[in-house]
Amino acid sequence: MLREKTVWDELRGGGYLRGSAPWRSAAYLAGGALLGAVVLVIGSVLVALAGILAVVLIGIPLLAALTLSGIPLAALERRRVRLVDPAPAPTPHRTPDAPGIPAWFRLRLKEQATWRELAYAVLLALVLWPLDLLVVACAVGLPVLLVAAPAQLALAGGDIRPAKLWLVDGYPAATGTALLGVVLLLVLLHPLGAYAAARAAFTRLLLAPREAELADRLAEVTRSRARLVDAFEAERRRIERDLHDGAQQRLVALTMTLGLARMDAAPDGPLADKLATAHDEAGRVLTELRELIRGIHPQVLADYGLTAAMEDAADRSAVPVDTDGTGPPLPRLPEPVESAAYFAVREALANVGKHSGATRAHITTAHTAGVLRIDVRDDGRGGADPGRGTGLTGLADRLAVLDGRLAVTSPPGGPTVLSVEIPCQAEAR
Amino acid sequence: MPSRSPLRVVLAEDSVLLREGLVGVLTRFGHETVAAVGDADALRDAVSAYEPDIVVTDVRMPPGFQDEGLRAAVELRAARPTLPVLVLSQYVQRSYAAELLDTGDGTGVGYLLKDRVGQVEQFVAALTRVAEGGTVVDPEVVRQLLRRRRDPLAHLTPREREVLGLVAEGKSNAAIARELVVSEAAVGKHIGNILGKLDLPPADGTHRRVLAVLAYLRA
Repeated sequence: MLREKTVWDELRGGGYLRGSAPWRSAAYLAGGALLGAVVLVIGSVLVALAGILAVVLIGIPLLAALTLSGIPLAALERRRVRLVDPAPAPTPHRTPDAPGIPAWFRLRLKEQATWRELAYAVLLALVLWPLDLLVVACAVGLPVLLVAAPAQLALAGGDIRPAKLWLVDGYPAATGTALLGVVLLLVLLHPLGAYAAARAAFTRLLLAPREAELADRLAEVTRSRARLVDAFEAERRRIERDLHDGAQQRLVALTMTLGLARMDAAPDGPLADKLATAHDEAGRVLTELRELIRGIHPQVLADYGLTAAMEDAADRSAVPVDTDGTGPPLPRLPEPVESAAYFAVREALANVGKHSGATRAHITTAHTAGVLRIDVRDDGRGGADPGRGTGLTGLADRLAVLDGRLAVTSPPGGPTVLSVEIPCQAEAR
Repeated sequence: MPSRSPLRVVLAEDSVLLREGLVGVLTRFGHETVAAVGDADALRDAVSAYEPDIVVTDVRMPPGFQDEGLRAAVELRAARPTLPVLVLSQYVQRSYAAELLDTGDGTGVGYLLKDRVGQVEQFVAALTRVAEGGTVVDPEVVRQLLRRRRDPLAHLTPREREVLGLVAEGKSNAAIARELVVSEAAVGKHIGNILGKLDLPPADGTHRRVLAVLAYLRA
């Protein structure tokens, strides 16, 4: 989408009068005048009412609610400001951590933005709207009245005094006045735009999020993403445990029963054959289930850590893998780090096996200066496109939560190197 | 397989279903389960109380559902180096097997995939071999290691690797000769070559076959 220019940009860049900017500015200010007047009336009534009712205590909550009245007004103003400044104006408020109205109230009363919004509401009701009205009246209302002089003359018959300024007593004078009105309008639209731009900038200053608030929200988003990843990880473990403690144990018990039954059946009879078939089939299901469980979350990662789990993944790779260059075994690292790194290595080895045409892969690992670094290199044909694999994208997201990075270099002809870097400290376990 | 003298077994497995099944299999083959327990602490207590001929234990057990069973097995072996222990694992893992074989002098230990207990006769045969001081490593572990050729195994010929794999499974020279359809003398020669290449000179009191398997696991 092409970013629209602000009124201020158009004023400075030229072509201001040819676009819609003057009319948007006028609409913005007229709306502001109207809104401010309404806010003044409603606000005065409510404050008076609350003041009276405060005597009988009912007014207290009403007063409390009034302190928050800037919030809906500010939400409306943040939308309106885009008439003259199309950049998004996000809310400075945070989402409450807990559901429910009390939590919402507590958060809003604590936020500085709430008080800025209240200040804006008061300013709008007392100062801004009369200013808006004055500017619109002078810059648009006055020239329009002059332009309308011939029409007024036709309606009134005798002589008129447009905008109470001078006497117009004939069509030549009326035409002159109208022309003057047009010129005046074209001239005055410029200060109108400038005022609207300044007014919008002031609104933004009070109602848009401050830097610290933006940083807070970013931190909040990061935390919530980390929580999602944690939840996902916990679910993985739960599924793994359920399968292991449930289906797998039952299947092993079943194969034992079948094994015993085979011993009891008459050899070479039809029953023995059927039992043998069932026994073999159960064994195959068990093997599949075992691989499935391992794919979900390998127990060895929890028990022995990343080095052992990677060697295990290397053992199972279709392409022979060297882990000789790994140096000293890695220390135990935080669980999410071990998990993300392990799945990255596995994905890398799977890609090597599927796409690279490599005959050999090499894994190097190091944990130095608080950064875990893992490289998986193969001697294949290269030309791998990291953008294509959804597996890699998912891994990159997962690493990003840990402030980690995933890089793939794969020039045509190879070698392909997948690198993972995660900042983390060793853990005693 | 002819049943030898009945073994007194302590069994540790947290799944009741599986525990009962294993007791049934052991009973069917004439062995006595003197204690069947569900966690690692109970396992240690049962071994002290019954001094069994062999311990069979799962790797993953309460309370942490991590490698408590294996830890208990390693501890038991440290205290009683001659106590035969057969560990059943959810899946093949070289680290588990290597850690277990490091206990005692690597004799009288077994590491089997849990799936194997379904092959009841093979399972009981492995159990007997371990009880007699043999070493049994799951064929799946062996197969994976064979796929990954690294020093010092790189010097071995394919045939020698095959023989070493069978040694790791706990087979005797006679059994290996039968499996490969060669003479027992040929097997002996292969094993001699393997021990030579792995730099395991003849010496008293060491189980060179076990050391070869260990070299294999650690490769």
